[in-house]
Amino acid sequence: MTNLFNYIDRSSPIHRLSGASKLVCLLLWSVAAMTSFYTPLLVFLTVLALILFRMAKLRIKDVSFTLGIMLVYIALNNILIFLFSPAHGVELYGSRTVLIPLPGRYSITAEQLFYHLNVILKNACTIPPVILFVCTTNPSEFAASLNRIGVSYRISYSVALALRYIPDIQREYHDISLAQQARGVEMSKKANLIHRLKAASTILIPLVLSSMERIETISNAMELRGFGKGKKRTWYASHPFTPADYVSMIFCGLLLIASLALTAINGGRFFNPFR
Amino acid sequence: MKKFSVKSIVAIGIGAALFFVLGRFVSIPSPVPNTNISVQYGLLAFLAVVYGPVSGALIGFIGHTLIDFSFGSGIWWSWVIASAVFGLLMGLSAKVLKMDEAQIGKKGLIKFNLAQVVCHLACWMVVAPVLDVYMMGEPWDKLIAQGLMAGIANTVTTAIVGSLLCVAYAATKTKAGSLSKED
Repeated sequence: MTNLFNYIDRSSPIHRLSGASKLVCLLLWSVAAMTSFYTPLLVFLTVLALILFRMAKLRIKDVSFTLGIMLVYIALNNILIFLFSPAHGVELYGSRTVLIPLPGRYSITAEQLFYHLNVILKNACTIPPVILFVCTTNPSEFAASLNRIGVSYRISYSVALALRYIPDIQREYHDISLAQQARGVEMSKKANLIHRLKAASTILIPLVLSSMERIETISNAMELRGFGKGKKRTWYASHPFTPADYVSMIFCGLLLIASLALTAINGGRFFNPFR
Repeated sequence: MKKFSVKSIVAIGIGAALFFVLGRFVSIPSPVPNTNISVQYGLLAFLAVVYGPVSGALIGFIGHTLIDFSFGSGIWWSWVIASAVFGLLMGLSAKVLKMDEAQIGKKGLIKFNLAQVVCHLACWMVVAPVLDVYMMGEPWDKLIAQGLMAGIANTVTTAIVGSLLCVAYAATKTKAGSLSKED
């Protein structure tokens, strides 16, 4: 668990971008991809995401685990959608073209298949940018980036604290868990659900109470050092912007505008080839 | 903008770290795919009661975002926002119901559990599905099934874990009027 956030240190144009501009790009991209169901745009974004992966010099091997989770996730999601509403596409696109007649409401229609294609594309263009961001941004730069894009430094510092203390709390969790197991609390898969919940709470209470003591200690220490007195603070891990940063932010801004414009021109969020 | 006290900043940071560790390593898979039974909401409810609505909302928001980040499978913004709303609502209801976490009794526990049931319902049956319909355009029936599963599971774990935490925390605090004058 040394590399929880999966940062992969390589030298590539994407790695050299500042964390702040990558964060801005990620947000713009996510909004663009989330508001639109315009199929050609989604295809374009998916292809673009693949190109960016090449540019970041990430190999399939690096992300095979998360990619696997993503594929399982997409598959389950689609199966679930089909089970619950096999005629959602028909409703959305307002026509019904039966391809394979099946009993009940489970007939396979062209509209439903097209809707599923859209859902898959939507996942395929929202998930990879996050993987890309996580793999190419140093976690300690993350809080600095938040501050750079206008989040108050107090809140950015909370994020920095969270990232700093996750390994500590994890270690403490592990220690308490071992101590409780030594006292005979069963927490493996052998125990049933209720028992496991109970076992979890025997760890939880000491963990939470000791963390609350920790909150007291840290906030006293910070107060003594005068935290929060100034209007600004500087960050150890922040980069100045380069031209490449501006170009990438403007490009992602244009993507968002294009997505909104397409929704407006199309007269709805769904691209409809059946009309 | 109102200034945060140093204590609430630290509470947000450590709270989010706790939320993360619990959510990431202690989740129990549920029968509905993509939906886990998570003990961290009991913690979130408790911390929101102790540190207030704004801290609660940010603990939920930052903690949940970090969990999604670390799985690397995309950030599910609609559910992240639902977590934040849950923290916010719990903090607010603690204020409205005048819950006193330092000396929680039977009455306090009933208040706490009533509040958490209502807040969970609002988050998983209203906020999360509505946002999902808008952002991802997924069908209602599926989202309601996911939301119902998550809502019920979270309510149950919050009832157990949250109540336990409240009682344990109250036990560490000195009761008001615990001193009596010697004759």
